[in-house]
Amino acid sequence: MDVQLKRGLLDVCVLSAIKDGESYGYKIIKDMSPNIEMSESTLYTILKRLETAQMLTVRTAEHGGRLRKYYRITGAGLQRIADFKEDWKEIQAIYEFVTKGEGNNDENPVSSGTE
Amino acid sequence: MTKIQFLLALNERLAGLPRNEVEERLNFYTEMIEDRMEEGVSEEEAVAAVGNIEDIAAQITDDIPLFKIAKEKIKPDRQLETWEIVLLVAGFPIWFPLAVALVSVVFSLYVVLWSGIVSLWAVFGAVAGCAVGGIAGGIILACVGNIVPGLGLLGGGCVCAGVAIFLMLGCKAATKGVVLLTKLISLGLKKAFTKKEVTQ
Repeated sequence: MDVQLKRGLLDVCVLSAIKDGESYGYKIIKDMSPNIEMSESTLYTILKRLETAQMLTVRTAEHGGRLRKYYRITGAGLQRIADFKEDWKEIQAIYEFVTKGEGNNDENPVSSGTE
Repeated sequence: MTKIQFLLALNERLAGLPRNEVEERLNFYTEMIEDRMEEGVSEEEAVAAVGNIEDIAAQITDDIPLFKIAKEKIKPDRQLETWEIVLLVAGFPIWFPLAVALVSVVFSLYVVLWSGIVSLWAVFGAVAGCAVGGIAGGIILACVGNIVPGLGLLGGGCVCAGVAIFLMLGCKAATKGVVLLTKLISLGLKKAFTKKEVTQ
């Protein structure tokens, strides 16, 4: 997959993992794990990028005698998710157009094309 | 490997990188390991789950821009003495042109590398142009009655087209190679900045 596209998609995944409330690093990885496998290093880079873009805020709080960082989504972050949903409709329309002809010739062109 | 061993080993591999960046990342991994342990995972398993230490160190080094690493490296560990400042100012006419010359040489080498690529693509353009011209000219000549020279030109055009296809593959590979080389040089420079302190 195109690197830029993948980067954008992973950003939205992390934002979605915190959209319902504050969360922390390990919980974000756990919440995404059924669908997306992400390494800690990748998550760190994404969280930093989203913080710089002011799509999330970070606070440090004590938890069980140690410090833990909590991430909270901002209005800009929620807007990013909304934009992604809108963009996806366009991408889906393009995909349907691209695969329209193939559907008539082959029984399963879509499943092989999405691998 | 225990949590402390992991953090010490990672810290050692990140020596030479900006301290605040390293500390932030070490805190991040500490939190990750401790959160796993809180769930009942053993310390060793929690450390193993974080990933391979060499891969982590490589990704962190790759993430941090070269200029930040260089800035960290040239930052003095202590306050400069008066005589050092005087020497720096007095020596400015010597060290500054030398520094400019060094940067210029490195930049020139890079430009030369890309000039080679541009030249290759120019050769491809010329051969492709000959192919188009030869084929079109050959057909026109043959149509107006000069069949033998026309066919000759057409043949030449076809040969050029074949050569152009091979050249295009070569040019693409060379361009990719230079891009890869740029990345490797950048990573090599970063490692050169960080390695010295590791081996101490």
